[in-house]
Amino acid sequence: MTNAAPSGSSTTRPNTWAQWPDANGRFGAFGGRYVAETLMPLVLDLEQEYIRAKADPKFQEEFDWLLEHYVGRPSPMYYAERLTKHFGGAKIYLKRDELNHTGAHKINNCIGQVLLARRMGKTRIIAETGAGQHGVATATICARFGLPCVVFMGETDVERQKPNVFRMKLLGAEIVPVSSDTGTLKDAMNEALRDWVTNVATTFYVIGTAAGPHPYPMLVRDFQSVIGREAREQILKAEGRLPDVLVAAIGGGSNAIGLFHPFLEDESVKMIGVEAGGHGVDTPMHAASLTGGLPGILHGNRTYLLQDEDGQIIDAHSISAGLDYPGIGPEHAFLHETGRATYRTCTDKEALEAFQLCTRLEGIIPALEPAHALARVGDIAKELGKDGLIVMNMCGRGDKDIFAVAGHLGMKI
Amino acid sequence: MTADRISATFAACAQNGRAAFVAYLMAADPDIETSYLNLVALSEAGADIIELGAPFTDPMADGVAIQKAALRALAAGGSLTVTLELARRFRSVNSKTPLIVMGYANPIHRMGFAAFARAAAEAGVDGVITVDLPPEEDAPLRTELAAHGLAVIRLATPTTTEKRMETVANGSSGFVYYVSVAGVTGAGVGAESDISAGVERARRISKLPVAVGFGVRTPEQAAVFARISDGVVVGSALVEEVRAAVEQGDPGSSVKRISVVAQSLSNAIASARAVRSVH
Repeated sequence: MTNAAPSGSSTTRPNTWAQWPDANGRFGAFGGRYVAETLMPLVLDLEQEYIRAKADPKFQEEFDWLLEHYVGRPSPMYYAERLTKHFGGAKIYLKRDELNHTGAHKINNCIGQVLLARRMGKTRIIAETGAGQHGVATATICARFGLPCVVFMGETDVERQKPNVFRMKLLGAEIVPVSSDTGTLKDAMNEALRDWVTNVATTFYVIGTAAGPHPYPMLVRDFQSVIGREAREQILKAEGRLPDVLVAAIGGGSNAIGLFHPFLEDESVKMIGVEAGGHGVDTPMHAASLTGGLPGILHGNRTYLLQDEDGQIIDAHSISAGLDYPGIGPEHAFLHETGRATYRTCTDKEALEAFQLCTRLEGIIPALEPAHALARVGDIAKELGKDGLIVMNMCGRGDKDIFAVAGHLGMKI
Repeated sequence: MTADRISATFAACAQNGRAAFVAYLMAADPDIETSYLNLVALSEAGADIIELGAPFTDPMADGVAIQKAALRALAAGGSLTVTLELARRFRSVNSKTPLIVMGYANPIHRMGFAAFARAAAEAGVDGVITVDLPPEEDAPLRTELAAHGLAVIRLATPTTTEKRMETVANGSSGFVYYVSVAGVTGAGVGAESDISAGVERARRISKLPVAVGFGVRTPEQAAVFARISDGVVVGSALVEEVRAAVEQGDPGSSVKRISVVAQSLSNAIASARAVRSVH
């Protein structure tokens, strides 16, 4: 294989990308299970239960049924003709995961995890949320299965994502605003972990991104990989060939790993993740943990983190609450270090421009998260030229963001 | 010294027919100088072992009291390096009381496991508790600490099964820290019978002294735990005294406050078993 590990890799690599993580939950030097002892037995149980569920056709059947009839999958693969023309380079396709029920890719993972929670006999669901998309998706599935749901949300995010807060309340979820530190996604995650450790016997923690202690990065990736599997089939049907480049926005990285993973063995397919550059990665105000961070240990995994010289976590900043997190999923850290995927950044300003461009040209209001990816798609399309082929994951719709965007554009609605 | 100082302390307490009083404070809370004075006050008020919290921005296993203490400490210039400086300063005036650094993995990882182990040993630290390094993940740090004779104190909890206790015991040194309740620091206390069974299990399998912590706030609770374990850890209740001093606008008064509370806890623990024998 040409995608062998670079020399100096600390572990021996299995033959294929698909075999990661290893038995210890590691993707190369990243991942692992860095949790308090109270949670360790549960995390080990969860892994066993997931292995059993994966081998159980009934579990897969129910998951697939819900994805088709409840979420509305497969999501379309759409040729964005006007964007393609505008950028004047490679052909651009959008994987339309923003058309899913609840408006983003998040629900794919929530269904999988809540089905697992049911198998494990857990009677209470908790989740953390930043933009509120994962919270809404979790609250939705909990309503569907009649499970009590508690969502932890930083109080800064509660303020800037009011429509989603109201949506979650309508769905019957209890919202716990978290005020410690900056009141964003990392604080919500700390508080969710504290709740989990306190209610470990009854409670299942539905983590919203491909991060956290093993087996979460693996199972979230597996549940989200439906995106990439569909995309692979759809683009082959539409274009008769594989794309040259896949592009996706990265916060924790679940939509990106879902798109990338089924293509990892396709050596000709390049993958580009786009991190939130905030005010610029040369300022302290950004959320680009691969570009501007260093390996460390937080929230259950070893991965790239924004941190200072003493190992204290630095607050992330992004216009998008969904990308406002100082870490990244461990598999992305691994793909970054091995060079299998590359990562770029996009500033708040560029994301706002892309948001408006997509809305005007395609009649699709993107969430601010995929607007980051779209900003870089323009560059990549030019780099590839007219023969190139790009698939970008339109991982969420922008309804939730219109109030925030209006504010940034100086409009009152 | 180092891990030996911990064993010697538990042995001396056992010989006197009592549990050890393990007292926790956050390094650099409310400020570096007062924090040092608080440590000295703790040892003078009868703390047998001191746990020195290393501040971290994201203390996800801690309740509100210690979270706020960490933020106060960071605001006052606290760090892992400052924590070790405080340890060194305490050690220069006290060669007897074991010092345990308790914190989270990331600051230690950032310093480097080998560099941290060397610096901790030089500062006179005797053992380390890293809340988010379970047995499955602590080998790289454990190896470095062992090379300097420092103990790796692991946590056992109500969710630690009999079989898993063997995993916890295999590689533990100094003592086992039994977490009385599934929860964060400063939370409520579990049922005495459950804790007693958990302590017994930890003691039998690890062959190490077992200290109980999380949720011990009053001298009465401390006395209950002192009867069923080899050591009683009190953290949040002491840290709350620092908070109260800060809120009254007189951070320096935390020295007196801590002295008073530590003295009463120490007395309760020292007399706990004697009291029972009267009944």
